[in-house]
Amino acid sequence: MASKSTTSSADRATPPGNKDAAADKSDAPRQLVLGLFFGIIFGFLLQKGGVAKYDVLLGALLLTDFTVMKIMLAAILVGMIGIFGMHALGLVKLHLKPTKYAANIIGGLVFGAGFALIGYCPGTGAAALGQGNLDAVAGIAGLLAGSYLYAELSKKLSTNVLAWGDRGCIQLPDLIGVRTTPFLIVFAPLLGVALWVLYLYFP
Amino acid sequence: MNTAGGAWNPYLVGALIGVLSMATFYFSNKPLGVSTAFARMAGMLGYLVSRKHTDSLAFYQDKAPKVEWEVMLAFGIVLGAFFAACSGGEFSATVIPPLWEAHFGNSVPLRLSVAFVGGVIMAFGARLAGGCTSGHGISGALQLSVGSWIALASFFAGGALVAKVMYG
Repeated sequence: MASKSTTSSADRATPPGNKDAAADKSDAPRQLVLGLFFGIIFGFLLQKGGVAKYDVLLGALLLTDFTVMKIMLAAILVGMIGIFGMHALGLVKLHLKPTKYAANIIGGLVFGAGFALIGYCPGTGAAALGQGNLDAVAGIAGLLAGSYLYAELSKKLSTNVLAWGDRGCIQLPDLIGVRTTPFLIVFAPLLGVALWVLYLYFP
Repeated sequence: MNTAGGAWNPYLVGALIGVLSMATFYFSNKPLGVSTAFARMAGMLGYLVSRKHTDSLAFYQDKAPKVEWEVMLAFGIVLGAFFAACSGGEFSATVIPPLWEAHFGNSVPLRLSVAFVGGVIMAFGARLAGGCTSGHGISGALQLSVGSWIALASFFAGGALVAKVMYG
């Protein structure tokens, strides 16, 4: 027991900036605490933004409420500039998702259909539960069942739908053959214009 | 009380979520994303029935059913939204959303069964597409992933169509 407590106090003595492989593992204690912390902030922001409300989310799909678009575009714009900036300074690694045309489109349409029925997405559903919307409990039970159903079929799907149009981790600049920085110099202001249009015409 | 929209300015909330994304990349080496957390939790429930069978599924080879960063993030969201709702006097236990009630009435079984079926369909779509409104829609889109922009457009296209059928 004595040696165990020595080990844990030695662990605690490692400097906070230390990024060894063990501390980076997603189930390391530090990561669990950070995950909870970031989740609390995310949930707080989602609720304050109003996007934990069924009516606001359905309003986005019915094109009668543009709160979701405003929040998402602003998050994309700020996060894009910040993360590519930090990446250029060597501070962060990118986590690109693979592009699989068939799976992205079919899965995306299926997701959207489910989204309209439940009225919450996975993140906003958790936030809806936090603000007292008990219908989100049934929705989350559905999410768990649907996830397991997918896992049951995952082996089959990997040989067909998931393989169709698999292009790997490509980015928008690759499509038109330019580098990331010049692309961002044009693309970021375009997102800014889109936000400005939302501000002017869809208050 | 403002029933449409939220208590805070949406552009500010969006910008802060952008800053939060920067923080998760820097401190946790992780992008914001929520749907995989539900898949891992489903696997943990699967363990209660059959550990052997769950471990044999191709999906769980890659995403082991365990409590990790993203699962904690999902629990944090519930807590954070609870704090936000309490601080703004918006916490109230309800089952039927106002818009739903105006069109489909106040039947609790109807709302819960449609929410459940919607959840099943949405989770299946998220896994097939490779992410949800957070993982693709925010994290993937801000990194300019082609598939994420396609998925985001498809989320809204599929959602708009079904919402139109429901409420149109």
